[in-house]
Amino acid sequence: MEDIIRIEGMTKTFRLDDKDITALSEIDLNIQKGEIFGIIGLSGAGKSTLVRCINLLEKPTEGTVTVAGQELTSLSEKDLRKARKSIGMIFQNFNLLMQRTVLDNVCFPLELENMPKKQMRERGMELLKVVGLEDKAMAYPAQLSGGQKQRVAIARAVANNPQVLLCDEATSALDPNTTRSILALIKEINQSMGVTVVVITHEMKVIEQICHRVAVIDKSKIVELGNVADVFTSPKSEIARQLIMPKSDGDMPFASIAQLKDSRVIRVVFDGGTAYEPLIASLAIDRGVKVNILGADTKNIDGKAYGYMLLGLPKDQVQADRAMVYIKSQDGIHVEEVPE
Amino acid sequence: MIEFLQNFLSEDIIKVLPTMPKEIYETLYSAIISTVFAYIIGLPLGILLVVGEKGGLMELPSGLMKIIDLIVNFLRSIPFLILMIMVLPLSGVIFGTRIGTIASLLPLIIAAFPFVARMVESSLREVDKGVIEASQSMGCSPWQIVTKVMLPESKPSLFSGATISLTTILSYSAMAGIIGGGGLGKVAINYGLYRYRFDVMLLAVIILVILVQIFQSIGLKLTVKSDKRILHRKKGK
Repeated sequence: MEDIIRIEGMTKTFRLDDKDITALSEIDLNIQKGEIFGIIGLSGAGKSTLVRCINLLEKPTEGTVTVAGQELTSLSEKDLRKARKSIGMIFQNFNLLMQRTVLDNVCFPLELENMPKKQMRERGMELLKVVGLEDKAMAYPAQLSGGQKQRVAIARAVANNPQVLLCDEATSALDPNTTRSILALIKEINQSMGVTVVVITHEMKVIEQICHRVAVIDKSKIVELGNVADVFTSPKSEIARQLIMPKSDGDMPFASIAQLKDSRVIRVVFDGGTAYEPLIASLAIDRGVKVNILGADTKNIDGKAYGYMLLGLPKDQVQADRAMVYIKSQDGIHVEEVPE
Repeated sequence: MIEFLQNFLSEDIIKVLPTMPKEIYETLYSAIISTVFAYIIGLPLGILLVVGEKGGLMELPSGLMKIIDLIVNFLRSIPFLILMIMVLPLSGVIFGTRIGTIASLLPLIIAAFPFVARMVESSLREVDKGVIEASQSMGCSPWQIVTKVMLPESKPSLFSGATISLTTILSYSAMAGIIGGGGLGKVAINYGLYRYRFDVMLLAVIILVILVQIFQSIGLKLTVKSDKRILHRKKGK
């Protein structure tokens, strides 16, 4: 696969009150043509700065950024403006022009290209059809809902047939249902237009729903990178574990591990091999062992079950061992004991 | 009818009344002309104050920005009456006269353009930073951002600023009566100050108040009507 975005040795520092603050340090990142690439991290980790360094809204202090074979960090202001036209961007707050109609918003990037008016309107309507808002062409953004505003922003961002679409927390201001439909639209545009998508988010569910690969960023550095399924099933970094299983450490909602300290607690991880319900049922039926489900967080990625489950084993040593053996013998399941 | 008015109004008012349309015209004329010129200078200056600052779209040398800032503040802090007297010799050079409506235009413009520049500056600063960032991401040049984003997006605020500017200049222009500038200010000062005819002065002031009211409500209507962020109930969808 061809790399469409190549970031090498990039560092970004800000100067604040005579102190240098490092937002990004030594970032190396390659994003392949046509993929949906996710960047996840907690707020303040540097992910928004990272995405702004891709179209140079923020100028990297060191290192190079290459998009579609063009090294942006070496371009003049004028050439950079031209290069930006092939990099669309959408934002958390939509950033629409409030005094322009929906159609005029979508036509804005075409207007910058001096496209003839008639052609521009036709293209604008075509784009509005793609995002399902052709009946709102003459409305103003203030008359739209959040999800509709983001649809307009998406239509505007892809008006120039960009190679890359950057999404900066594009669904963070939306409710879960709207989030899903916006993500579905992004996925659809990725497939129909072949545009490479970079998604910045702090929500794992966004990554889960549309991304192929993901980079986890923490304290200005990329700490983990890989296929979504791999990172999801065996997170290597502490921060990735926190993002994927936010409830697995400390604040268990069901029962506290400390309360059950006389029984053994195990963590069962599903990585796409089986579904989890038959496991508990068959453990009870086949082996006669009853276990407590203390907590569970499982997700459906591409039709397969991923996630974890915390089980409290019976106090009886024999029964507990029998359960361990049974679970270990299953395909696609990892078991580990949770230390007391 | 005329008898009733004669009983009700003083002789002075009756004498002054026929000249009123001309005085109103002169007031409007000088206020509008000065506002137009104040905008010709103040609008670009206001834009410059926003885009030229540190971290702005077209960062200018900080020394230059400080000088511009200083000039604007300096002119803004001189009381108009004093400014008028200071500028009069210059009026003499430019217009060939130091008295009358024409001569009063120069001090009016000089007093008004820094005011206008500040009004424009504050309107432009209201434009959402995110929208400017979005237009940068689409490859807008600084000039395109000013003309296609900042000015259109702040149109309602610019209208309301223009209304405030015009009404302020209207009241300044009344002060120009001191140096023989025509208009309602002259009437108020000549009769009220020099001849103690307070009723005439009151009449001039009332007309001024009405003019300000008219401009204010027209300006407000324009502001609201131009603002697409407000949902107008009459519109369909």
